[in-house]
Amino acid sequence: MAAGTPVEYIKHHLTNLTYGKLPEGYERADGSVVQEASWTFARTGQEAADMGFMAIHVDTMGWSIAMGLLFLGLFRFVANRVTEGAPGGLQNLVEMTFEFVQGIVRDVFHGKNPLIAPLALTVFVWILLMNILKLIPIDYIPSIASALGLGYFKIVPTTDPNGTFGISIGVFLLILFYSFKVKGVGGFTKELAFNPFNHWIMVPFNLLLEILALIIKPISLALRLFGNMYAGEVVFILIALLPLWVQWTLNVPWAIFHILVIPLQAFIFTVLTVVYLSAAHEDH
Amino acid sequence: MNINLTLIGQSIAFAIFVWFCVKYVWPPITAAMEARQKKIADGLSAADRASLDLELAQEKATKELQKAKEEAAALIDQANKRAAQIVEASKEDARSEGEKLIEQARAEIQQERVQARDALRAEVATLAVAGAEKILETSVDAKAHSEMLNKLAAEL
Repeated sequence: MAAGTPVEYIKHHLTNLTYGKLPEGYERADGSVVQEASWTFARTGQEAADMGFMAIHVDTMGWSIAMGLLFLGLFRFVANRVTEGAPGGLQNLVEMTFEFVQGIVRDVFHGKNPLIAPLALTVFVWILLMNILKLIPIDYIPSIASALGLGYFKIVPTTDPNGTFGISIGVFLLILFYSFKVKGVGGFTKELAFNPFNHWIMVPFNLLLEILALIIKPISLALRLFGNMYAGEVVFILIALLPLWVQWTLNVPWAIFHILVIPLQAFIFTVLTVVYLSAAHEDH
Repeated sequence: MNINLTLIGQSIAFAIFVWFCVKYVWPPITAAMEARQKKIADGLSAADRASLDLELAQEKATKELQKAKEEAAALIDQANKRAAQIVEASKEDARSEGEKLIEQARAEIQQERVQARDALRAEVATLAVAGAEKILETSVDAKAHSEMLNKLAAEL
């Protein structure tokens, strides 16, 4: 354990490794005062919070990019050696993933867009890999990091709202892009203004309702994934606070349960992404 | 749980990953999968065709076999008939030959009987003359009585 009391331990585990800009005159945790606004690693959770928007979670970015590169590297590796004949083990695994994603897209998406299937594949595998990081015992990597001098380290990017919102905002932009592209500016505006009540008096109400519904999409997408992963993480941390001899009776079942939750959340995120994009392609 | 630049960084990373996947990962693998699907479908249809061909070939073979059997049966039949004919003809030949032989033999026998009778007749004439000579103790003029004697011999 990197910190003494349970509260500190929990806080420690829920704080990202933050690299950000501290304002001039800021008093740091050790009492020193920042002379000039400068970029630095946050030493406490308070410092990380005070950095505001001008900060970056190095651990979230690092691990998510690592997982993305793992995904693309692995799949590109297979793509380079792909054979039309009987596939080997790795190619079989990749093809199963492909067929799974193609199945989702075929069932849910009714338009024609060559981007959707690879997008869904990226979303699914990337989120799955990021979620799987959660099965690594929670103290392993942070301990190594603290031995290397990094005070905070959170390895699961999907337990960071920045991580999940980053993806869902990307999806949201695509929804907007295709809504405008397929329906046209007029068509999309009309859809927002005259649904669900097709009368001009109801236009303001409709607009409010539809824009709200539109904005809710990425928020619910991101919060669902984040909430599930974060809650699971917190429970793992709480279990880790128990005496050593009793931990396995709780964290083993919880980890087994997460074998279900991890792909399920990746699956839900993928399906909803495809559903939202499908709705964006439907011209009424 | 601070919202910060990570959000934008994550979005950029996401966009790059999607772009890479669309461009370099998805096409080759789906192409291979589709090619294999086509290959398998072709293979299956070829197998179907082959089994159909086999069926046809078997049917043809059965027909050929049937035809050959029929031909063979016809040949055997013909041969039997021919053989019967030959046997019949040779029987006929043999019979006619035999009859001819019998006829010939009969003719010979007849001839020999005639000869024997003639010889006997000549003998009888001589014997009769001798007998008469003995009875008459005189010689009979053979020349004078030959006509009578001949008449006698013819009556025998």
